[in-house]
Amino acid sequence: MTPLLSIRDLRVGFGRNPQANEVVRGVSFDLADGETLAIVGESGSGKSVTALSINRLIDFGGGRITGGSMQLKRANGTIFDLMSATEPQLTGIRGAEIGMIFQEPMTSLNPVLTIGSQIEESFRLHRGLTGRQATAAARDALDRVRIPDAARRLKYTPNQLSGGMLQRVMIAIALACNPRLLIADEPTTALDVTVQAQIMALLAELKRESAMSMIFITHDIGLVAGIADKVMVMQNGQAVEQGELNQILDNPRHPYTQHLLHAVPHFANGRATRADGQRDKDAGAEPALKVDGLVVRFPLKSNFFSRATGAVHAVDGVDFDLMPGETLAIVGESGSGKSTTAKAVLGLVRSTRGSFSVSTRTASAERSAKPVQMVFQNPYASLNPRLTIESILAEPVIATGGRVDTETRARMASLLERVGLPKNSLQRYPHEFSGGQRQRLCIARALMLNPSVVVLDEAVSALDVSVQAKVLELLVDLQREFGLAYLFISHDMAVVERIAHRIAVIYAGQIVEIGDATSVLSKPKHSYTKKLIAAVPTIDRRREHFEIDTRQVPSLVRPQGFEPAPAKWELLGADHIVRVET
Amino acid sequence: MRILRAILGHGSGRIGGIIVGVYLMVAILGLVGLTPHNPITQYRVDRLHAPSAAYWMGTDLFGRDVASRLMAGIGQSFTVAFFSVAFAALAGTVLGLAAAWLGRRWDGAVMRIMDVLLAFPAILLALLIVTVAGPGTWTSVVAIGIVYTPIFTRVVRGPALSLKAREFVDAARTFGSSSSYIVTRHLLLNLVAPLTVQVTLALAWALLTEAGLSFLGLGTQPPAASLGLMLSDSRNLMETAPWLMIFPGLTIMISILGFNLLGDALRDILDPKMRRAPA
Repeated sequence: MTPLLSIRDLRVGFGRNPQANEVVRGVSFDLADGETLAIVGESGSGKSVTALSINRLIDFGGGRITGGSMQLKRANGTIFDLMSATEPQLTGIRGAEIGMIFQEPMTSLNPVLTIGSQIEESFRLHRGLTGRQATAAARDALDRVRIPDAARRLKYTPNQLSGGMLQRVMIAIALACNPRLLIADEPTTALDVTVQAQIMALLAELKRESAMSMIFITHDIGLVAGIADKVMVMQNGQAVEQGELNQILDNPRHPYTQHLLHAVPHFANGRATRADGQRDKDAGAEPALKVDGLVVRFPLKSNFFSRATGAVHAVDGVDFDLMPGETLAIVGESGSGKSTTAKAVLGLVRSTRGSFSVSTRTASAERSAKPVQMVFQNPYASLNPRLTIESILAEPVIATGGRVDTETRARMASLLERVGLPKNSLQRYPHEFSGGQRQRLCIARALMLNPSVVVLDEAVSALDVSVQAKVLELLVDLQREFGLAYLFISHDMAVVERIAHRIAVIYAGQIVEIGDATSVLSKPKHSYTKKLIAAVPTIDRRREHFEIDTRQVPSLVRPQGFEPAPAKWELLGADHIVRVET
Repeated sequence: MRILRAILGHGSGRIGGIIVGVYLMVAILGLVGLTPHNPITQYRVDRLHAPSAAYWMGTDLFGRDVASRLMAGIGQSFTVAFFSVAFAALAGTVLGLAAAWLGRRWDGAVMRIMDVLLAFPAILLALLIVTVAGPGTWTSVVAIGIVYTPIFTRVVRGPALSLKAREFVDAARTFGSSSSYIVTRHLLLNLVAPLTVQVTLALAWALLTEAGLSFLGLGTQPPAASLGLMLSDSRNLMETAPWLMIFPGLTIMISILGFNLLGDALRDILDPKMRRAPA
């Protein structure tokens, strides 16, 4: 039987001389009807380019297919050559036979059209439906991706829906014409873990219902376990290994696959937490950071002249303390207030109420001028592209009134060496460094002022898994060496398990559960903590079905003068308390 | 020196750089008076003489040498263009940065004033200012400068607003960097590229506006030469003496081309991403 899609020796290049500048270098695979192929690789491995070549969208991205063959079996059984197809022919194929969903649902939809009209467009173009028929079809499509209250949602514009809902809409559009092949390019990367779990469950279910084939592209090898039949691992534009799911995950042959599987943080339900640097119970040490009743509210005004009618309660009564040498992880989903908490601690947003006290004593007993420093999520955005590394590292010193003298230069050199960057880095510019190296630079910059607390706001989330593992190692080493206290903000439970001593779970601006890492991860009590833990993808979870839970995070907008009821806490262990759910 | 070498190593930069360099030399020669003939001497016998060995670009209605007048005119026009663009770039950058950084009322006030200025067509606004202040070289400079200030303000404010929200500015705040440090190092430094391109474009526009003002008789006053004035004079004679129009027209066109090519090259060269790492 001929496969649905047969790719042989695909080569894709970019630029003026595509042959010399190949990004995909000879990729071959077959995809049978109803089968799911997962393409796994790190950024720059050519996985997205491969996928975009299949429906020839790569032509619009400046790429040229320089060699190979691509054949698609059409619904009527004829073989269609995707390589030699003309643009009008391809327009008929895209959407009708090959559907595609992208990474960013927020930017893939047109913000000024209702989602209804955007779904109808697909039906109008490929099935010739008009008017009421198209509307009915769109409503069915929304029902199919389990969006509750579909008829009403058709009239919504994208800004009225959450990221997870929008990705459902994208899936609905992609599936509108019952394509026989769905290409999903990192469809859950931009989404929260619990939403990711829902989307993965939905995709798995839809695949069973409709018997379509799927190409699922991801950088997270942990995700493929739940959905793929076959896995292809890509590195530097070549498929280094491909085979059945179980074979790849259990018996990887290629060193790169082994490396990937090793580097991906496996979530172990609290069994892999850190043993070092535990809190010393009886030493009455002064906390490096103590946050007491932190409240951050943003007033809402409908227009310039009117009075505030309500407020966004971004952070609503958060307190914790952080000992020197300790990592407190703050976990939660986007919009839960975890980043706002960090920014308030750093003084980047003004807190409405509450107090912090920061110990200015550092491990080396010097007093630091700025004891709290931060490392940001995106290493590409947090370094000024026009400054040399030397100027970047000098900035904190200049900012605190210091001079760039031999002592400062010596400190720069030693910190660069400490974070594992070459000595000649000082005269270079940020763009000459990779993402992981830039994050090391950010860490070095944060350490220039000898801080006692470092806030790591999703500091490893933007990095590839193998780089991520190394940066985490570096962070742990630095913590031991300098006695740093980390406030580690993350949504990734597996990473948190690696680095945290204590965990605070934050939900709708409030801490719902806090305690030592082992206890929180192994015996979660609060329903939200349980939900977060259940959503973590792991490679041990072969074809396990996620339950679809479409509950949304409650609105944080409260009427003017609203005060939350005081929290009731339940003690679960020596260092583990949970907010009593109402 | 390094930038000069980089310009010569850049494809379109070489052409643009050479054009602008030649113009600059011609402008200096024109300004110091090293022209083939005196630009305002009238050789009555040779009125409307076609280009020849004696008069390379012919003579005009009064028998003045077109080539000499062109050189003097380039000097005159370039002086006005350079000073007016310097004025506009400086004022616009300061206003744009202030609007973006201070935000709120400052932003509103500055940008509304700029909107008012932009509401007038450039030449009309320049005319208004010149009419009030009286014609002359320096009034032209100020008038053209004011006309182009809003464009620089906008060019600076937009990117400055987005830079202000970038993480490296947040990072700088966490170290406690002063506002002046952030504005100069993090905002201004990243604005060099759009500003350079804008400066070269504005030089081209300023040349045109100066020509326009002179054409209307409000810029350079006769008998002094300027590109616009020469075009204006050629208007009625374009059929009998086409060289009167062709040479000033070409001069304006090529200079604008040169500035644009140079601007493109500078934008590439000033981008550290295009710079090779020191070996």
